[in-house]
Order: sequence, then structure tokens, then C-alpha cells
Amino acid sequence: MIALSDYLMLGELLFAIALAGIFLNRKNLILLLMCIELMLLAVNMNFVAFSHFLGDGAGQIFVFFILTVAAAEAAIGLAILVVLFRNRGTINVEDLDMLKG
Amino acid sequence: MGFEKFLFYVFAAIAVFAAGMVVTRRNPVHAVLYLVLAFVSSAALWLLIEAEFLGIVLVLVYVGAVMVLFLFVVMMLDIEVAALRAQFIRHLPLGLVIAAVMIINMVLVVGPWNFGLDSFAKPVPQPEGYSNTTVLGLDLFRTYLYQFEIAAVVLLVAIVAAIRLTLRRRANTKHQEPSEQVRVRKGPERIRLVAMRAEAVPASVPRIGSGPGADPNDAKEQGE
Repeated sequence: MIALSDYLMLGELLFAIALAGIFLNRKNLILLLMCIELMLLAVNMNFVAFSHFLGDGAGQIFVFFILTVAAAEAAIGLAILVVLFRNRGTINVEDLDMLKG
Repeated sequence: MGFEKFLFYVFAAIAVFAAGMVVTRRNPVHAVLYLVLAFVSSAALWLLIEAEFLGIVLVLVYVGAVMVLFLFVVMMLDIEVAALRAQFIRHLPLGLVIAAVMIINMVLVVGPWNFGLDSFAKPVPQPEGYSNTTVLGLDLFRTYLYQFEIAAVVLLVAIVAAIRLTLRRRANTKHQEPSEQVRVRKGPERIRLVAMRAEAVPASVPRIGSGPGADPNDAKEQGE
């Protein structure tokens, strides 16, 4: 039988991997965005698991809205990335110091 | 260990493996493809605990739209991977330490001793004919209608923002200006059709395909 803790630990493992990925790929903007997507997936995993084991549909509604917001975030983030690459020719985080005083 | 548990471990292993590959691959295209694998195996895991609608939505919307968008952008940008990966090894220990500390902490909290089967028993399976989509839809359009409309506005704003950000006017392209076209008034700004006589063909130019006097108009013009 699958227990609630199995799903929670899986979600937490995915979240930790994504967090480590942000540290590893801190120069590549597009991989940072992908790590954020992975984190959202881990959070969604927790919501779905709790929704099932507590018998409450609200958790799945929440996942629905998180997916919506994540899609909007990905669209705008990638648009900003494309504009940035067009203007600066790089997506290296360390080169993006235009606001440095 | 039942068959469900076996499936859970298989898909969980695939998801964790794919997540690990996402953060360590050198090539961003490979990373996106592994992210797709992570999403698909997560969708299978959600199907295992009766979240059918969300599992299918994850595959259709997330893999089908968002990840393809990622793939387009990654392939469109000409990224120098080597420069971006220069400090990969330097940050590896810090990342691993933080991930390990977090895993230990969270396992102590959400481990089987707190959230195991004895504290959260497996719920009875839904009866035959139960539709997860129907239940979610009724909930969404009754209880959460306002939030649903806010989500719609968020998506609309995202569309407008993404198009506005990436819209680019090049100097040498020709395009219509509908506002200018609509503003034209009848009179001097409109096009005028002017009646003109046809051009007379000079006599010195030989006509191809018609002998002299074959065309009555020709003869008339020459007469003038």
C-alpha cells in the first residue's frame, strides 16, 4: 500500500534536487527557470497526495491554479529571456549587471 | 509489496533520475527533455492516487505546451554552454550540502513515523462510475468560480505581456497602418480615378503577331 509519507518524501526529494540545481547552474538563466518548474512540480506532488489521503478536493483545485500560474510565469519568463538575449547577446547571470550603481 | 507499490517505486525512481539529469546535463536541450520525462512520470504517479484529471492536464498542458515552449526557446537561442558551465564544479559541494541537509530535515518531519499508513490510512477506492473530472469541475465552477476568473485574467495578462515583450518592429519591413487607413476622408485624401486616353503606339515600333491594318484601332490611331 502506498502511504502518504512516500509521496511527501518523493516531493521533498524532487524539491531538494531542484534546489541543488539552482546552486549548480547559477549562471545559466534558462536552467534556473527549469529548476523553478521542477520545484513547482514537487509542491504539486504534495498537494495531490494530501488531497487524496485527506479526501478533500480542494488540494487538486489548488494544483490546477498552480499549473495556471506556472504556465503564465514560464511564458513571461521566456519572453524576458528572449528579449534579454536579443539585447545583450548572453543569458549569463553574471553579465546582467545593468542596474549596478 | 503490492503491484501499486511496485509501480510507485518504478515511477518515483524515473522521476528522481530525470530530475537529477535535469540539473547536471551540459546541454540545455537534453535538460528540457529530461524535465519532460520527470513530468510524465509524475503524471503517472498522480494517476496512481486517483488524480486522473490533473495527471492528464499535466501531460497535455505542461508537457504539450510549456515544455515545448521551453524547447523552442532553448533551440532558438545560441547559448555558449562552456562559458556557463565554468563554475559548475566550484558550486557542487555547497549545493550538495544544502540539498542533503534539507533532505534529512524533511525526512525527519514527513517520514513514515509521522505520515505513515497508521496515521493516514489509505482511503477506500472510489466506486465505479466516479468521475474525478466531474467532481473537480463542479467544485471549480461552484466554490472557486471567482478564483477561476482571476486565473483567466492572469493568463490573459501573460499572453499580452509575452507578445508585447517580444514584438519587434524592423525598420525595413512594410506593414499596414489600419488607423491611418480608417482616418482617410473622402476628397483629396482618397484615391481618384482619372479617365485617360490609351497611349498611342509609335509607327516605328513593329507590332508582333499582327500585320499592318489587322487591328481597326491601330489604323484609327495612325490616321490621327
